[in-house]
Amino acid sequence: MRRVGLLIVVVVGVAWAAPPRPPSEPAVTLAREALPALDTATPDAATGQPTSPARQPGPAPQDDRPPVIIASKPFAESYVLAEIFAQLLEAGGIAVDRRFGLGATEIAFGALRAGAIDIYPEYTGTALAAILGEEMQADAEAVYRHVAGTFRERWDARWLAPLGFENTYAIAVRRETAEELGLTTLSDLAREAGGLRAGFTPDFIGRSDGLPGLRAAYGFEAAEVLPLLQAVKYEALVESGVDVIDGYSTDGLIARYDLVVLEDDRGFFPPYEAAGLVNGDFWGRRPDAIAALSELSGLLDEERVREWNRRAESDGDPVAEIARDALAELGLVVADGGETGESDPAESAVARESGRNSAAAAGSAPTAESARSPVVGFASYMWQNRTDILGHARRHIVLVIISLAAAALLAIPAGLMLVRVAGGAEGVIRAIGLVQTIPSLALLAFMIPALGIGVVPAVFALFLYSLFPILRNTYTGVRDANPAAVDAARALGMTPAQLLRHVRLPLAAPVIMAGLRTAAVINVGTATIAAFIGAGGLGDPIVAGLALSDTRMILSGAIPAAALALLVDGALGLAEKRVAPGGVAVE
Amino acid sequence: MGRDSRAPSEREPSANLDDPAAHFDEPALDEPAPDEPALDEPALRAYEVVKRYGATIALDRVSLDVARGSCVALVGESGSGKTTLLRCFNAMVRPDAGFVDVGGRPVSSFDPVALRRAIGYVQQEGGLLPHWSVLRNVALVPWLRGEEDAEEQARAALDRVGLPPARFGDRWPRDLSGGQRQRVAIARALAGSPEIILLDEPFGALDAITRSELRRSFHNLRAGMGVTSLLVTHDLHEAVELADEIAVMKGGALMQVGRPEELLSTPADGYVEELLKRAGIG
Repeated sequence: MRRVGLLIVVVVGVAWAAPPRPPSEPAVTLAREALPALDTATPDAATGQPTSPARQPGPAPQDDRPPVIIASKPFAESYVLAEIFAQLLEAGGIAVDRRFGLGATEIAFGALRAGAIDIYPEYTGTALAAILGEEMQADAEAVYRHVAGTFRERWDARWLAPLGFENTYAIAVRRETAEELGLTTLSDLAREAGGLRAGFTPDFIGRSDGLPGLRAAYGFEAAEVLPLLQAVKYEALVESGVDVIDGYSTDGLIARYDLVVLEDDRGFFPPYEAAGLVNGDFWGRRPDAIAALSELSGLLDEERVREWNRRAESDGDPVAEIARDALAELGLVVADGGETGESDPAESAVARESGRNSAAAAGSAPTAESARSPVVGFASYMWQNRTDILGHARRHIVLVIISLAAAALLAIPAGLMLVRVAGGAEGVIRAIGLVQTIPSLALLAFMIPALGIGVVPAVFALFLYSLFPILRNTYTGVRDANPAAVDAARALGMTPAQLLRHVRLPLAAPVIMAGLRTAAVINVGTATIAAFIGAGGLGDPIVAGLALSDTRMILSGAIPAAALALLVDGALGLAEKRVAPGGVAVE
Repeated sequence: MGRDSRAPSEREPSANLDDPAAHFDEPALDEPAPDEPALDEPALRAYEVVKRYGATIALDRVSLDVARGSCVALVGESGSGKTTLLRCFNAMVRPDAGFVDVGGRPVSSFDPVALRRAIGYVQQEGGLLPHWSVLRNVALVPWLRGEEDAEEQARAALDRVGLPPARFGDRWPRDLSGGQRQRVAIARALAGSPEIILLDEPFGALDAITRSELRRSFHNLRAGMGVTSLLVTHDLHEAVELADEIAVMKGGALMQVGRPEELLSTPADGYVEELLKRAGIG
């Protein structure tokens, strides 16, 4: 018993840094108020922008209204547009909370409907096909009107005026493929498709305005269709892993890789407008922010956006810098001497945290960095971003520890109770095990209506995933503890309570600890997904890096996450040996 | 916990507090109740005992008396009901019908926990607590009863079974040989100085030499202490060597009870005769 107590102390003791705790009550309102406080330690991965209000550029907010919560979806253009929204508001003295890289359309829109975010950039085509599930239409203006009306009516969600550029899917092939097969249009592609391998984003494969529509409109049947993430799609095409990919017409990478975009000769992909999608409550509550954001209406054009995307995806420029340049270029925010990167503390923070332009800011040649070995380059990137990475790691550990501790507090007593229940225990455990089969992103999406986004639903999801291993190990460990010893102890006069305390629990302790260990390692891995619902952690740089095709950024999250998993596994492995009572061997 | 070498009673001063049974007035067997039956009352008595597990009849109207100070061996093939009958006497099995008495009192009238602490028990696998030292294992029953001198009783019991406590007391069960483990199990059963001891194939898992050695020392021990013993075994030689009386069971029914020589001279039926013959005794 004392050893079980020790193991709990060991687990809880890992909470070294004692960072701020999330709210104990999982109420949506509470979560929304508490989250910014938790965010102070965590700079936004993609923008390198510290989200602490104290370090916010621009004048301090004149009121105590909550900050405007701006989100983006996990791809470069969405990051850039959201950051432009954010900086525009900040320039007007409005406090902003960034929740970039939210999972996908379901999660971003779900969060908006639940009131967990106020605004994010969306596309009318996506809204029509993916959210409303309706037929495509050719007239972009008609689509905007229809979508705006339906969203307002159905969810009280408002579309701001279109930003002025259109974006649509673009089907691209390598230049030599186009020349070899004589491809210029999608009709040409459909003719040759039988000999080609396609790599499409899962989104595109599923959407009616994606692959299914393409099949119907052109009779396009590729030899093979591989689901590929945005981040690896271009590499796969250039390395000839696939022959055809889907992109966006504003993609910065199409030009970089010298790809050929095939003409949509049957007008299958109608052009769709980009605009800010706003929560209805926010619309009524913050006319100041709506007015500020409306300044962007009609100002953007495809050429500009493509250039920004190229800077984000190919040049690796920090999103914050791209957005600042964009606002200056549009004449909306005057650059306040930010060019030198010296006058504004926030500016230098951005430069430091981005890491990329620090060499340029210091006046040394950028080639010096590229000449170094990749390992040294990565090491220095990690060093330059150590504050961020430690912040992400700390948040990650907090997510894991809180969820694990809560799961242990529930699952260990529940496991002990199940041992006493003669029948039905297996059924209960199997039912809990079903949670394990729910894909983590889906589980997170399910919880948005009730719990919103951020730390609370992330902790709750991790808690659910932890229950099964702990419950199962507690149950089997106690049930199967040395049956001969248990029988003899009972036959010599131990009471059930004494049996549990002196025989079953001590003998089951290593098994229970092994369950905790399994749950902890699963949690460290799964917690990276939490970034998709704005909970932060080491998934943040992974999600942002995937969106921005930035390998170093991905690795700056993935390597510490892997190291953390190994560390947790090792530490709990030791704890497992420690809780094994004397006289009982643990392999 | 197991590394602690102090006496169990010192280690767990509050043992009585979490033990509901300790608050009962324990009906210890050596304290005569006012209505104490006559001395010739058998120590153990089963009368017309029936036990069913679903459709299987484990005990089919079994009646058996074990006289004070005697040793009765229950023999028969596995599944014949020997162990079930044995476990009726320490309330580990509750009969569906019939009566089971211990010391002239119905088992059902005892607090089962208190009853078990008053009766020694040895099982085939020994059932030692692997995370407790040898000494702590042996001190189990006196410690459960909250007796101050639990450790001294355990030392004495270890000495009796030929395992000097100074050498063996601090060892883990896993560091002992199979024979030594069974000796510890017997010491544990005897540590509380019970009047009755139940043994379920106590030597079954041992090699032949260790077995006969252990058998002999058990025989001497038992005779010396005058403990009433009920012994389950499938080995007729063992039964003949140790028991005053042999009870032959088959399919949940008691076929014959008698002294070994009675069984030999007048086997009750073909089955008993066949059993003796197969054992090379007949």
